[in-house]
Amino acid sequence: MGQAMISLFSRTSQNTQISTLVFGCDSEVLHLDLWLQGNHMENPDNKREVVLLACGSFNPITNMHLRLFELAKDYLHETGKYKVIKGIISPVGDAYKKKSLISANHRVTMAQLATESSDWVEVDDWESSQNEWLETLKVLRYHHQKLASSNPDNSLQSAVPLIKPGRKRKQEANRYIPVKKNQLSPETKGVPQLKLLCGADILESFGIPNLWKLEDITEIVANHGLVCITRAGNNAQKFIYESDTLWQHKNNIHLVEEWITNDISSTKIRRALRRGQSVRYLVPDAVRAYIEKHNLYSPESEDRNAGVILAPLQKYARGCKQEQTL
Amino acid sequence: MEWITQTPLREPASIQKKVKCRSRSWCAVSVMMKSRLPLVLLACGSFNPITNMHMRLFELARDHLHQTGRYQVIEGIISPVSDNYGKRGLVSARHRIAMAQLALETSDWIRVDPWESEQEKWTETVKVLRHHYNESLRSLQFRKELMRKNWPIERATEDFLSSLDPVSPELKLLCGADILKTFSTPNLWKEEHIKEIVEKFGLVCISRAGSDPVQYISESELLTRFQHNIHLVTEWIQNEISATHIRHALCKGLSVKYLIPDSVISYIKHYNIYTEESERGK
Repeated sequence: MGQAMISLFSRTSQNTQISTLVFGCDSEVLHLDLWLQGNHMENPDNKREVVLLACGSFNPITNMHLRLFELAKDYLHETGKYKVIKGIISPVGDAYKKKSLISANHRVTMAQLATESSDWVEVDDWESSQNEWLETLKVLRYHHQKLASSNPDNSLQSAVPLIKPGRKRKQEANRYIPVKKNQLSPETKGVPQLKLLCGADILESFGIPNLWKLEDITEIVANHGLVCITRAGNNAQKFIYESDTLWQHKNNIHLVEEWITNDISSTKIRRALRRGQSVRYLVPDAVRAYIEKHNLYSPESEDRNAGVILAPLQKYARGCKQEQTL
Repeated sequence: MEWITQTPLREPASIQKKVKCRSRSWCAVSVMMKSRLPLVLLACGSFNPITNMHMRLFELARDHLHQTGRYQVIEGIISPVSDNYGKRGLVSARHRIAMAQLALETSDWIRVDPWESEQEKWTETVKVLRHHYNESLRSLQFRKELMRKNWPIERATEDFLSSLDPVSPELKLLCGADILKTFSTPNLWKEEHIKEIVEKFGLVCISRAGSDPVQYISESELLTRFQHNIHLVTEWIQNEISATHIRHALCKGLSVKYLIPDSVISYIKHYNIYTEESERGK
């Protein structure tokens, strides 16, 4: 599996012995070991800065959501290539119209309470304060622009990706789709890379008709990248293999295996709360206290948006073309 | 009627009920029948270190027992094993107790008890159960005497008083359902101990959705006989945080935030507890 192989390579790049793997006719591979040798000779401190962005309902936020960040950070650091400098939680707006979605104010507040003890993960309420539902790509673009504009090294002229010494340019040929002119290239030196952090369920939701636009998915994996937390034996690798778009950008899709079986879904938390059962030690204590104080989750709250069509489905179904193959 | 654990001087609710329902002479009796049995949960183990999952087991067990309508869980006790257990990677009991105390600071019903860890030799589980049961009887006796001294109603008869005496709480062993499986491992448990545990005390076994602990019970004659005293609780929200994995992660410098309490993480860092040396065993 492409991505897994590449992860293997990056770990062995610490020593000079690089085992050769036969992939087939992928021209990328022929250059890969040369690239790795180059990487090895580079300044070891020249790690790429990364910001992780997690989008979702966070209804409510749970210890599992928070774990995703920790796992992703550890993984990226272990590759030796990245330095994760920030994590952003971006709760979806009420206009998403998902069933049982409670008010964004509460969801944002709970996420803030949950991240109080973290020195690198924070909550951003830009997305949730928009009147209309926004595609994930738009949220990514917004945060990328924000990172770029706050970066002192930033120069609009450097829209051309800078190649680090020792790197072969050829092997990057596959990595880009044409970038829209009014956008900064994510490869601009100095701007941290913004990656979408998600569980395997989000990855697999790419295949649900009318939930995502194909061009959005393409831009996400091409220009930004995914860090996807999966469970052992999960279908994620297979899913990537079976998609031409994802396969093409598999370098930019990091699959991180979760080493504890952590199944703390928000749905289960809400169910437990409706039944008067304890959710202690599954969500941060401050979140649990907040839920209790405001009595947030009940059979009534679970029925919110019942029968309403999810915003993206409504949006894409209206202007529906033929189903695009992922 | 709620089991009164707080001030023994408070008038029991059943007295009030008796006063209110004058028409029914059986009132007091019916209240007693509906009252729940007080229960204490005891968990034995290494707690090396304590994790969110350990504490979750208590919450699950309590919810389950309350939902039966028969029990009122009044206390949870964590009893870390003594250093003499000799398990590889087991750090000093002093640390394991301290970490558990930090973890339980925010709990109003679970506490850690150092008795087992203070024993010179390793103590069989049944002996730990016996000890804690005796302890609860002792404190109960004390409370009874206190109540009798301070009873406000002068005309109360001895019979009436004893009918209102606090009932001695049941003590049950809280564990994962895989314990049931280990009962059949040769030489691991003494047969008479298993019998005493399931007969005199009882088990509350947590298992994950999809597993079948009933099978372990049916495969054992002894367990089948006392199955009424084995409460099976299903954990639907899988959260298997193995302490072994936690230790390995700590050794490798990986994050364990949100798996164990922040206060425990700070403690571990401060004392540099889990290292490659500690894992290898001294």
